[in-house]
Parts: sequence; structure tokens; C-alpha cells
Amino acid sequence: MTVVARLTDVSRIYPPRAGHAAVHALGPLSMELRAGEFFSVVGPSGCGKSTLLDVLSGLAPPSQGTVEFEGKPVAGVVPEGVGVVFQEDASFPWLPVEDNVAFGLRRQGMDAAEIKRRADFAIGFMGLNDFRRAYPSQLSGGMRQRVCIARTLVLQPRLILLDEPFGALDQQTRLLMGDELLRLWRETSATVMLITHALDEANLLSDRIGVMSARPGRFIDVVETGWPRDRDSRLAERPDFGAVTSKLWSLLRTESMRALGQGAVAAQ
Amino acid sequence: MTAVRTLRGPLLLTVTLLVAWQLLHQWAGDTALTAPLPTLGHLWEMIGQKRFVPHVTETGLAFLQALAISWIGGVGIGVLLGGHKLSGEVAEPILVGIYSLPKITLYPVILLLFGLGMSAKVAFGALHGIIPVALFTMNAVRNVNRTYPRAGRSMRLSPAQTAWHILIPATLPEVFTGLRIGFSLTLLGTMLGELFASQRGLGFLLMTAIDLNDVQTILAIAVLISLFAVAANSILLAIDKRLHRGAAA
Ligand SMILES: Nc1ncnc2c1ncn2[C@@H]1O[C@H](COP(=O)(O)OP(=O)(O)O)[C@@H](O)[C@H]1O
Ligand SMILES: [Mg+2]
Repeated sequence: MTVVARLTDVSRIYPPRAGHAAVHALGPLSMELRAGEFFSVVGPSGCGKSTLLDVLSGLAPPSQGTVEFEGKPVAGVVPEGVGVVFQEDASFPWLPVEDNVAFGLRRQGMDAAEIKRRADFAIGFMGLNDFRRAYPSQLSGGMRQRVCIARTLVLQPRLILLDEPFGALDQQTRLLMGDELLRLWRETSATVMLITHALDEANLLSDRIGVMSARPGRFIDVVETGWPRDRDSRLAERPDFGAVTSKLWSLLRTESMRALGQGAVAAQ
Repeated sequence: MTAVRTLRGPLLLTVTLLVAWQLLHQWAGDTALTAPLPTLGHLWEMIGQKRFVPHVTETGLAFLQALAISWIGGVGIGVLLGGHKLSGEVAEPILVGIYSLPKITLYPVILLLFGLGMSAKVAFGALHGIIPVALFTMNAVRNVNRTYPRAGRSMRLSPAQTAWHILIPATLPEVFTGLRIGFSLTLLGTMLGELFASQRGLGFLLMTAIDLNDVQTILAIAVLISLFAVAANSILLAIDKRLHRGAAA
């Protein structure tokens, strides 16, 4: 078993700002992502999931501890081989779909023919062929998130980090996007870490699910699902599917209530 | 098709103005408002005259300099204030205050500072245009979606690439709206500046014509300036709309 990314005793504390005390958002926490696995992170809102993604991707440095990607330390810069899909819509409204998708490759100064080949593949893979010349404002939220996934996909990342990418989508679209994400994971053989607040989504998609505590977020348990690699949303029909979701919920129930309490205190 | 659509607005405006002008002329008579056709003929004649050219050049030069200050200065101020939260918060009410002030009340001060002539006109024109450009730019910079530069960093862009390929295109539509409004107001300010205490330029000709009660010349100059303003504004508006095409999210 190869380890792709490793966090050792990582914590992140946001420094105090005008009128706000310092926020201990994350950790101390240690984790490993195994090569080729689909790992999901669930946890109550505000527990530090996005902060974990920031630190792991190199978008933000940890306050303490170390982050490694493929054996090399990560600090404040996103390493080559890591791709990020954000919770918010990050498609660039001034570019048509195909230019959005080719954006990262163009900045690397890659050969135009190779850019076109890779962009065509990613556009086709994400089912965006009919929208190549469309602007994001002409697309639905689900389509825009596909653009963002395609934009990450062309960079051929070996580790893909997704922060609640389907949070704003309706339930049916979520299921379809989940299946597409599984297909992407299988065909690219990349390692995927998905942050989500939907327990059955985490269950359905993942090999392992890290369950986080209320802030400051730590892993209270890591649940192994044992699902076959070749799976899709029909997995939910299996009799043993519900047991995993129940387990996740029983782990999270008290933490979610604690997080609600934190919210009430913060609101005063 | 698109050419027709862009031209439709200005054309409609021109026709409406001409009809209104003719009607008003018939109601008011030659002493107050000369008829459209003879006036346009007069304008054509004036443009052909050699002594007319320096006046147009004077106004044109004053306007171009004022516009350069409004646009470059306004964008510069806007970027600084938008990028630095505290100075932006301090400066915004001051800028809005100056913006809503009738600036003609400041003209004596400008004249004292710059003297009679070109620089006073330029300063007065720039004073009108620079603030809206700065305000629009400041808001554009402040409102950049923070996820865009984050996405840039996740794709390993250098700071210069982020500025050029993300921050500029993300702010451009709103900045351009500021430039467009700044254009109109700079023109207004420059013309106002020429009306008082100047010895050359279209504004000076206008004032002389008013003294002589030369209605035809007054109107001819008004038409010339309006034509320029309408033409320039419709081009800027067309670009503005094109830039905002993607922004309706
Ligand atoms: N830039 C920041 N400055 C201060 N506090 C922050 C900042 N970003 C997030 N936080 C706080 O850190 C905690 C964790 O945030 P986040 O990682 O976004 O949680 P999640 O993604 O799990 O909802 C929250 O309480 C949030 O308010
Ligand atoms: Mg989050």
C-alpha cells in the first residue's frame, strides 16, 4: 500500500482579527491517503473540513505539523499533481466552456495541439460537447460544476480534492454526478478525497470515510465500506448499505449537536 | 444583424431629436431656434473654415488630456482603494461627497490654481470624470469573487498570471462601465470649463455666439458636440454590453 498524502499532527489556527478571537479550526490531526482510494470526509458544518482541504492542497500552510504529498513536504503552494474542485462555483464567467477547461494548461505554456487533445477529452468525458462555446452564465449549476471538474481533470492530477462540489445541486443531479465521479475515479486511477455533508453520498462513493468531530476538527473514526471498485448508485439497494449510513450517523449525532451549540454561542 | 441592433438606438435618437427640433422651431421661431436643415448647413460651412480648426483642436486636446487623467488616475486610485480595505472605507464617503457636489462651485478655485487656459479646462474635466472611474474600479476590485484567485493558485498560476488572466478579466466589465460614465462626465466637465474664462475652443465660440445672439452658430456647435457624444457613447455602450455578456450569473 502506497501513501499518496500524509498529514502529521496538523492543526490550523486562524489568527485573531478585528473584533474576533483566534479560531482553532482544525486538529491536531493525522491522516494518510492511500494510492488510488476514494476517501470521503464527513463532519458537522464549521468543523474544519474546508480548512483541511486548504492545508492538504497547499492553499494554506498548517499552523503546526507537516503535510506531505508523494513524499515531499507541502507548504503554502499547491504541488503539481494535485487538483482542487471548490464548493463555490469557480468557473470563470468571462470564458466560454472550452477556454475554461483549457485554462490551466494554457498557463503552463503547453503545446497547443496537446492542449486541444486533452481539453477535448475532458469536455467529452464530462458530457459538455454541446456547450463548448457557451458561457457559464448560460449553464445550470450542475453543468458549471462539470466545467470545474473538467478544468481540473485536464491537468491529469494524481490526487483530486473536492470540497462539497454537489452541495448546491438537487438530489437527482447529485446522484448522477456521484456516478460520474466514480467513473472518473476508476478511469483515471487517481486518488480522490471528497468532502461532503451527505452521509449516504459518502457511503455510496467511498472506500473509506473519515468522520470528523465538531471544531476543532479531528477524526473520531475512519469507516471502511468494503464496496467493490466497480460500483454505482444502485449500491444503495444492497441490504448492508443502510448499516454503514447508520454507523456514520451514530458517530456524528453528538458531534453535530455540539456544533449546533457552538453556532448558538457564536451567534450571541 | 448585430450592426443593425447596435445602430438602432442612436439612429432612433437622432430622428426623434430632429423631429422635435423641427416642431420646436415652428413653435418658437427663428430668433430662438433656427430650423434643423439650415443649421446643419451652417455647421458644414463652419467645419470647412480654416479659423474653426484651432478651436476644435483646442477642445479635442483638452478633452483627451482630461480623459487620460480620469481613466488612468481613476483606475489607479480605484485599484489602491479597492485593494486596501481600510483606505477604501475611509475614502469612499469622501469620494461620494465630492461626486455629488456641484463642481461648478469649485471652478473659481481651479482657475486660481491653474490660471486661464488649457490646464484649467483639463483639470475641470478630469475632476468630473476621475471619481466615478475610481468608485467603479474600487467596487470591482472589492467584489472580485475570492474563489477565482484561489482557483488560480490551485492551478499553480504565478502572481503575475493571476493578475493578468484572472483579476483583470474578472474586474473588467465593471471597470469599463466606470470608464464609460467617466467619458461622458469628463466631456461635460471639459465643456463647462471652456464656457467660462477661456480664449479658445468650442466652448469659447459658443459663449461668443451667445453674446452676439447668433442662434444658428450656438445650435451648430451644440449639434457637433452632441454628435460626438452620442457616437462615442454608443460605441462604449456596445463594448460594455459585450463585456457584461458572461457576467449575468
Ligand atoms: N479565514 C478565516 N478566518 C477565521 N476563521 C475562519 C476562517 N475560515 C474559516 N474559519 C472558521 O473556521 C472554522 C472551520 O471552517 P471551515 O473549514 O470552513 O468548516 P467546514 O468546511 O467544515 O464547514 C469555522 O468555525 C469558520 O468560521
Ligand atoms: Mg466548507
